Amino acid sequence: MRHLLSIEDLDRAAIERICDRAASFAEVADREIKKVPALRGRTVLNLFYEASTRTRSSFELAAKRLSADVVNFAASGSSVEKGESLKDTVLTLNAHKPDVIVIRTPWAGAAALVAEWTPAAIVNAGDGKHEHPTQALLDVHTLRARLGGLDGLSIWIVGDVLHSRVARSNILAFQKMGASVTVCGPPTLIPRGVEALGCDVRFTLDDLGEADVVYALRMQHERMDQAFVPTLREYAAEYQINGRRLHPRQVLMHPGPVNRGVELSGEVVDSPQAVITAQVEAGVVVRMAVLYEVLASARAGEPVPEPAPA
Amino acid sequence: MSVVRRSDALVRPAASPARLVVRGAHVLDPRTGVDGVFDVVVIDGGIAALEPAGSATVPEGAEVVDGAGRHLLPAFVDPHVHLRVPGQEHKEDLETGTRAAAAGGYCAVIAMPNTEPVVDSAPVLRALRDAAARDARVPVAFTAAITRGLGGDELTEMAELRSEGAIAFTDDGRPVVSAGMLRKALQYQRLAGGVLALHEEDPALSGRGAMHEGEVSALLGLAGIPSVSESTMVARDCALAGYEGGRIHIQHLSCVESVLAIEAAKASGVKVTCEVAPHHLCLTEEAVRGLDTRMKMNPPLRTEDDRQALIEALRSGVIDCIATDHAPHARDEKEVPFEQAPMGTTGLETAFAAVYTQLVVPGVLDLGLVVERMTGGGEPFGIPAPRVEVGEEANLVLVDLGSEWEVGEDGYESRSENCCFAGERVRGRVLMTVAAGAVAYRERAFAVVGA
Repeated sequence: MRHLLSIEDLDRAAIERICDRAASFAEVADREIKKVPALRGRTVLNLFYEASTRTRSSFELAAKRLSADVVNFAASGSSVEKGESLKDTVLTLNAHKPDVIVIRTPWAGAAALVAEWTPAAIVNAGDGKHEHPTQALLDVHTLRARLGGLDGLSIWIVGDVLHSRVARSNILAFQKMGASVTVCGPPTLIPRGVEALGCDVRFTLDDLGEADVVYALRMQHERMDQAFVPTLREYAAEYQINGRRLHPRQVLMHPGPVNRGVELSGEVVDSPQAVITAQVEAGVVVRMAVLYEVLASARAGEPVPEPAPA
Repeated sequence: MSVVRRSDALVRPAASPARLVVRGAHVLDPRTGVDGVFDVVVIDGGIAALEPAGSATVPEGAEVVDGAGRHLLPAFVDPHVHLRVPGQEHKEDLETGTRAAAAGGYCAVIAMPNTEPVVDSAPVLRALRDAAARDARVPVAFTAAITRGLGGDELTEMAELRSEGAIAFTDDGRPVVSAGMLRKALQYQRLAGGVLALHEEDPALSGRGAMHEGEVSALLGLAGIPSVSESTMVARDCALAGYEGGRIHIQHLSCVESVLAIEAAKASGVKVTCEVAPHHLCLTEEAVRGLDTRMKMNPPLRTEDDRQALIEALRSGVIDCIATDHAPHARDEKEVPFEQAPMGTTGLETAFAAVYTQLVVPGVLDLGLVVERMTGGGEPFGIPAPRVEVGEEANLVLVDLGSEWEVGEDGYESRSENCCFAGERVRGRVLMTVAAGAVAYRERAFAVVGA
């Protein structure tokens, strides 16, 4: 795999390969010295055009655990604010000879575009409202670890699907892994035509009981100003996942950060059904697997290295 | 000092009148009914004779053009192009834009006023017309803005602009958002004259949309522009025009709902005409999947149902003409993420070949009908369609329908290369264009036999 641009590009085998490799890296985090030399001497450049602490530090940790050198390039306070175009920025950064560029932008397709302008491997860390493939991979990894697999599962994705790249990547990834996906949310926040992605659409939580997995999306406050929903109170009344709505056999997921009392009630966040911190843990190992996949395995047929003490 | 009143809105660049004979081409003009192999003699820029093939005598000093196996058509008229002058000459200028027009078989174009500064005052228009007389390769007519600075809240001095040569008024690129403002423009039209050409879109519905709202936008996570953003404004403005008895032209129809609105308005006697662009006739939202910024235009590429409705409306005459909405943008402006890219595709050099390849070759539309709709672009604005008839000014295009080429393979005459058909294999190559009696374009490899 040369780049990781979207879940749309991956097949089930590729998703499984990345998750299997992530599982083999999981043990590294439990060591006293949390490093393997797999990517020693390689340079990973984090190019972030949107504020992000979690995803960026997750990639940074992943790269460092593989012994790569990491450079963070944030758009604020840089040449980007002085009006430099994306292409010129990338051409400039090429001079530093990065092996991987991890890129997040507010623009759909930007990661794919950047891939045309640099010899580096590109990992899409979110392109506008289009895709967030590593989030979907870590979600698949989390579910495989918890439930063994996704085949035959019913997964409900609840909330602001319209503005969510996480939703789009997960709708695709969960289905590729054999699950059926239902999206549910206020009609103003469900994109017209979303059925074309193969999912069902509901506007109430009445049938939430059919779900094996409930995946709640973050409800952003600025959506109120744009009149997508009248109030957060009404949103919570209709769509909040709480103890009354969540069945004990259901698994609860959320990409973080959680708005307690909005999309999730406090008690479900803290319940044993929630795998939200497992998702964060999975983030690092899955991103290690992705970085490894686009770099080390570019040499064909190379076996997964036995994680050995650095 | 008296104001110079220019009755003719078309600025005709100075050029030496053609003197030539096109031998043995298949002459097709749906308006005159000519449809067969003839010799066409052009003397002093006028059509002097139309005679059976091989029988025309070559006048003294005339070029002989071999038309065998080729088609000679009345040249096309485009009611909607962006020549980007003044102010955006890095995208296009009068010379490159009209060179592209000539290369596409056009003998006249109508330029939009959304320039920098906006064409909203007589001095700007006067300077533009003077520049066109120097620089243009084919006749150009200029529109002026309906509202000052395209701001939507103050009428331009339409009467003065008309006397200075504005052929029509439009805020193209933007809608006239306020119904009250458009109504005033329609009322004022009784004094100033000039068709109001309307870009129809409700900004509250379009929002920050970057493509058609539908399945593909849902997949790509792009904000969508729904069809009703256009069609509700078409219906509103037809109602206003009907109420005021005004004359409007709806620009670049893109969806089935707009077709229905126009059909209803025409049936109830509203004085409305409309146009459709080749890209809306040939492409759909599917073309946006790869996020190629050349596929980003406004109105956006829509669904297959919309495309079929537009084709049918073109056939039935609900849509009056084909307009390219030629919208050049510099390479670095388009070489950005899709959401950041400006709207627009070039179209002058590919309109005929694209429509011919996609719609005439497969038998969807008749060649004669396509010629009629491509030559009729000036009629809504009082520019008569060119005719292949003795005594008429020569406005002719010689095409080789069998010749296949790849769009962009030899570059473009336009300064910009943001063409949505780039890389497509198409059929129908323009070999020569005669505009306002003068040879405006010759295909590079197309030799003239000589006298």
